[in-house]
Amino acid sequence: MQNDTSSVLIKFQQGDVDAFETLFRTHQRAVYGWILRIVRNPATTADLTIETFWRIYRAHARFHPSQEFEGWARRIATHAALDWLRTARPETELPGDIAAPPDADPAVGAEIRHKTALAFSRLPPKLRIAAILSVVEERPAKEVAEALGISVAAVKLRVFRALRLLRKDLQQQGITP
Amino acid sequence: MNAHDEDRIKQVLKRSLPQVEDEAEPVRDLWPAMLRRLDASSVAPSLSLVPWFDWALLAGLAGLAAFFPASIPVLLYYL
Repeated sequence: MQNDTSSVLIKFQQGDVDAFETLFRTHQRAVYGWILRIVRNPATTADLTIETFWRIYRAHARFHPSQEFEGWARRIATHAALDWLRTARPETELPGDIAAPPDADPAVGAEIRHKTALAFSRLPPKLRIAAILSVVEERPAKEVAEALGISVAAVKLRVFRALRLLRKDLQQQGITP
Repeated sequence: MNAHDEDRIKQVLKRSLPQVEDEAEPVRDLWPAMLRRLDASSVAPSLSLVPWFDWALLAGLAGLAAFFPASIPVLLYYL
C-alpha cells in the first residue's frame, strides 16, 4: 500500500495524468471540505476545488514525492480560497445554509447572528481565514499555520486581531457581545 | 480587549457560523470538469506561462524594428 502511494506520487511528479487522477479522486473530498470551511458556499467550493487541483497539476514538477501530499494540497487550497476571498465582495445576504444554524443558541437572536456573520464577512481575508479555521472550525493552530504558511504565533495574532475588529464592528452596530 | 471579552466574542461567532460537517463532499463528480480544464490548457497554453524575459526580448525587437526599420532585414536574416 505504501509502495503504491509512493509510486503514484513519483508518477505524478513526472506529470502522469493517470497518477494525477488517482490523487484527485483520493483527496478531492478532503480538499473540498477544507475549502468549504473557508468560503462556506458549495458552488464556489466546487469551482475552487478544481482551481486548486489545476494549480497542483501545474506545480507537479515542484512536488517532492517524500512530501506529504495532503498538507501540500491543503496549502494550495488555502491560497486559492484566499485569492477568491480577496476578489469577492462582502456578502450582503447570507446563503440559506449558514444564515440559521439548526442548533443555534436561542439566547443569541437571529438578528445578532446575522449581523455577526455580515461583520465577519467584512474582515480582511487573511484575518477571516485564521479566525474561521481556528475559532469556528476549531482546527489546531499548527494545522492552520501550515495551511497559511505562517507561524503558530502569527495565527494567534491574526485571530486576536480578527476578534478585536469584529467586536469593534458589532459595537458600532449597537451590539455589545 | 481582555480574555473575558475574547471568549464572549468567540462564543457569539461560533453560534453565528455553524461548523462544516466532516462528511461534507461535492454533490457531483468533479473529475469531468477537471479533465475539461486540463484539455483546454493543453489546446491553448496560457500566456502567463511565457517567461517575462521572452516578453522583454519581444518588446525590444519590436522597438528596434519601429525606430530603425532598416534593421528588419537583418533581424529576418538571423531568425
